[in-house]
Amino acid sequence: MTAHLPVLIVALPLAASVIVPLVSLASAPAAFAVACLTLVAGAVASCAALSHVLAHGTLRYELGGWAPPWGIEYVLDPLSGGVAALITLVAVCVVVYAGPQDKGGPARGGMFHGLYLLLVAGLLGIVLTGDLFNLYVFLEISSLAAYALLASGGIRGTVATFRYLIVGTIAATLYLLGTGYLYALTGTLNMADMALRLTAVMDTRAYGAAVVLVVVGLAIKAALFPLHGWLPDAYTYAPAAVTGFIAAVMAKVSAYALFRVLYFVTPADGASAQVLMLLGWVSVVAVLAGSVLAMAQHDIRRMLAYSSVGQMGYIVLGMALGTPAALIGALLHLFSHAVMKGCLFLVVGGIRWRTGIYRISDYTGMGRRMPLTMAAFVVAALAMIGLPPTLGFFSKWYLLSGAVEAGAWLFVAALVLSSLLGVVYFFRVFEVAYLKAPAAGQGTPPRQELPLHMLAPILVLMAAVLVFGLLNQQVVGGIIRHALPGALAP
Amino acid sequence: MWENLLSGHLNYWLAAVLLLIGLYGMLGRPNLVKKLMAMNIMQVAVILFFIALAEKTGATPPIEVKGLHDVSAYVNPLPHALMLTAIVVGVSTTGVALALLIRIHRHFGTLEEPEILERMRL
Repeated sequence: MTAHLPVLIVALPLAASVIVPLVSLASAPAAFAVACLTLVAGAVASCAALSHVLAHGTLRYELGGWAPPWGIEYVLDPLSGGVAALITLVAVCVVVYAGPQDKGGPARGGMFHGLYLLLVAGLLGIVLTGDLFNLYVFLEISSLAAYALLASGGIRGTVATFRYLIVGTIAATLYLLGTGYLYALTGTLNMADMALRLTAVMDTRAYGAAVVLVVVGLAIKAALFPLHGWLPDAYTYAPAAVTGFIAAVMAKVSAYALFRVLYFVTPADGASAQVLMLLGWVSVVAVLAGSVLAMAQHDIRRMLAYSSVGQMGYIVLGMALGTPAALIGALLHLFSHAVMKGCLFLVVGGIRWRTGIYRISDYTGMGRRMPLTMAAFVVAALAMIGLPPTLGFFSKWYLLSGAVEAGAWLFVAALVLSSLLGVVYFFRVFEVAYLKAPAAGQGTPPRQELPLHMLAPILVLMAAVLVFGLLNQQVVGGIIRHALPGALAP
Repeated sequence: MWENLLSGHLNYWLAAVLLLIGLYGMLGRPNLVKKLMAMNIMQVAVILFFIALAEKTGATPPIEVKGLHDVSAYVNPLPHALMLTAIVVGVSTTGVALALLIRIHRHFGTLEEPEILERMRL
């Protein structure tokens, strides 16, 4: 059973994504139940797999019995296992939050859950595969499901999604072209096998072109500034649950793929070192530009979307610095940002669903109208700013000490400055929601807390921000240190 | 030199030209259907690139000929298999994109991007 875990984690949601729309034709609640059960089973399987891998070492699965490098291999190591556990846990929270989705008829709810499961399966496939071409296929599976989900949020969402589709396809095609170069150079697509063969050809120009093409493709998918143009519109106009999930994990999975390629496939020096240096400078600009653009927004969803652009900069910055502390910071921030931003988007989407409000200036009195929801917002926002003892503080702490370790003082300055900018744009929301008196003659609106199935996931994510903040040493020492590439692992 | 260019690299040059035509169309044309067609051109460029990789001078298609067991007598079948998958991916992307375009056209009555942006601002 354990030997089959790597493929089961992907196959389970993939199979359910076909079954759920069919079940929904008979009964909508049953379809919702199947979707929930599948995701819970996926979460249990990936957590079990992670603990098994941490205790007994990497699990490798040969798909169809074809031994690598000829066949496709699924690799479950502490890195992929950790990211898979993160994806499935967030997926469980969001599916509960989304509820049965049967407003437009049961068939529509079935389609929603089918696409959602397909998206989860695609992301898990990206994480677990050990094959570069298979990664491309899963990249496109997850993107196609995401296009359909994002487009379901009205006509503006559809237009934004079409643009995302065009840009996303450019990204995937560049990645595929880069993979083609790597295949032409080494004659293999298996990541582990390619890592061995690339050292012989790393002085060729084709290798440099391949690395650049792959990195640009993945950077577009990860919405790294200045390739982030598709993100704000796509996040703003999509339904709340969809944005909550996609903002939490989708760009992170592309960042994971970037990490996997640059640290586990390509040789450490040569083209990938140069690309990493360039990525460092780009991500400094991303960190600052994302924060400044977030400050300029009036729509709170856009503000969070631009803040995501900045936060992706943090993750890539940690990868670019490359010292052990910086890499720990990058991976911990990948985890913490997924939890924090997922929580924030679920809150904002819930408030819009309940009251129709999405402009920051209309948030007056929200602290009294929806006290629990706003409390979660405050905790997650403080974590984004990086206040102890939240998870966000520790990930930024590791990033900062990594930058100090590398002697990159400009990067240190950029990290501190962007945290200060974060204070500005989040405190603007706090001020309106808690301190500003409602306009005269309106009176205090009644308490309108979210229903339990929406509130519970928000509070779970909020608790995760605090609990994992306190347990950060266990997370770093127990999981993340083992996920670092071979040379840096303990 | 010309001989070398034609026999060695011409198909790669053509794939690069197609790729750039596609990229230009996707970013530079205002009509959404033309963007979509350009997207297909770009994907075809990469497909041709892979197929060109598989080619060997004087080799036959990778279907076993009786008594011919020399690997170099057959073209490499793996890029072909990969590109079959890539074609499927391309077709699905086109399908989703067309579905989005139908919705956009029903709502706005046009597929020219500047006009759509103009109406969304109203």
